[in-house]
Amino acid sequence: MQTKSTHSFKGAGLSCIRDDRVLFEQLAFDLVSGQVLLLEGKNGSGKTSLLRILCGFREPDAGAIYWCGDAIKDSLFYAQMAYVGHLDGIKKELSVLENLKISLALSCSGRYSIDQALAKVHLAGYDDVLVQALSAGQKRRLSLARLLITENVLWILDEPFTSLDRQGIALIETLMIEHCANGGMIVLTSHHDIALHNVDVLTINLS
Amino acid sequence: MSLSRAFFAVIRRDLVLALRRRSEVANPLLFFILVITLFPLGIGAQPHLLQAIAPGIIWVSALLAAMLSLDSLFRSDFDDGSLEQMLLSPHPTSILVLAKIAAHWLVTGLPLLIVAPLLAVFLGMPNHALGILLLTLLLGTPVLSLIGAIGVALTVGLRRGGMILSLLVLPLYVPVLIFAGNAVQMASGGLPVDAQINILISILLMALVLAPLPVAAALKMSIN
Repeated sequence: MQTKSTHSFKGAGLSCIRDDRVLFEQLAFDLVSGQVLLLEGKNGSGKTSLLRILCGFREPDAGAIYWCGDAIKDSLFYAQMAYVGHLDGIKKELSVLENLKISLALSCSGRYSIDQALAKVHLAGYDDVLVQALSAGQKRRLSLARLLITENVLWILDEPFTSLDRQGIALIETLMIEHCANGGMIVLTSHHDIALHNVDVLTINLS
Repeated sequence: MSLSRAFFAVIRRDLVLALRRRSEVANPLLFFILVITLFPLGIGAQPHLLQAIAPGIIWVSALLAAMLSLDSLFRSDFDDGSLEQMLLSPHPTSILVLAKIAAHWLVTGLPLLIVAPLLAVFLGMPNHALGILLLTLLLGTPVLSLIGAIGVALTVGLRRGGMILSLLVLPLYVPVLIFAGNAVQMASGGLPVDAQINILISILLMALVLAPLPVAAALKMSIN
């Protein structure tokens, strides 16, 4: 299945300095639709910093990031990306459904409806459960469900497999393969070995 | 993807959250009521003195109650990552921030307005000044939320930002305190208060337009 439009996500000459320590320098990548960029490196090597730079939370100390050829600030980047970080970004006092509804309201609706997305991440029937009653793995799956209900091309995932069991990991891998097959792209960090069949995976090692 | 839908969804979410964390929300209101009820007890049987300082008492308590509630504005969003998601939304952050401030005012400012007439009577404020008191609170408390939001946005990234927050925000609250307190004082004496009310309206309008922009910028800085 090929989509009509292809997107590109490009970084050039990126560097990040934290507390006088150079985390990485002259880092470049070029990602197009259907590809996955896997960031590897030991703890403290700047994986999360790089992801936060890619999201625009931090300014890179040098270099620039381009979305479809334009600087991310001047492009449709924020309408076409989704981020799941260390923090789940879900409210524990709200129900599963309420959490997804607010994510949907803050973005455009995507490929799946809320019900379909919940079924995909095996949370069907949990609609009215308050998030504080969910387990850590279920919370993670809920925050990943956000990727499915909103319109996006680029997924930026920081350790998406944290607190997931083996089935959960397989599930997310399936979703990632499907996303790439539909012309999406993914930037992620992971300590697990990921098994993505038929997907072009680029790897950057930061250590 | 409509902006108004996002705006109201944020307000709705914050109101639902407030409803589910009632104790946290009731705190500032309780503080406001307690401080004001303690004054007559502390001052004793001096109704004239009490009447004379009533506008000041009510406004200073409202101001401190607003300060007390400020930290909750972005704290939980910052801690659970909702703030990151809000900043990544394709909608302008300043509008979403305005929605959060509006919800914050509905939860912390509006209740003050509702109990204020009762407390004013308690302090012996003349009835003809009640309308002006309510009007000043209606115009002034949103300003407290708006200006306070700038301070909170700047300090939310610091673990113990409480002291800096009050130092940042209190001086900016002073004009509201002066004009609102003065208006109520004059109204108690039966004098016209158009000038003070007009100034309060202009402060509110300016804060409404100008505050969300620095709040959005400060949040982006804090999240980094």
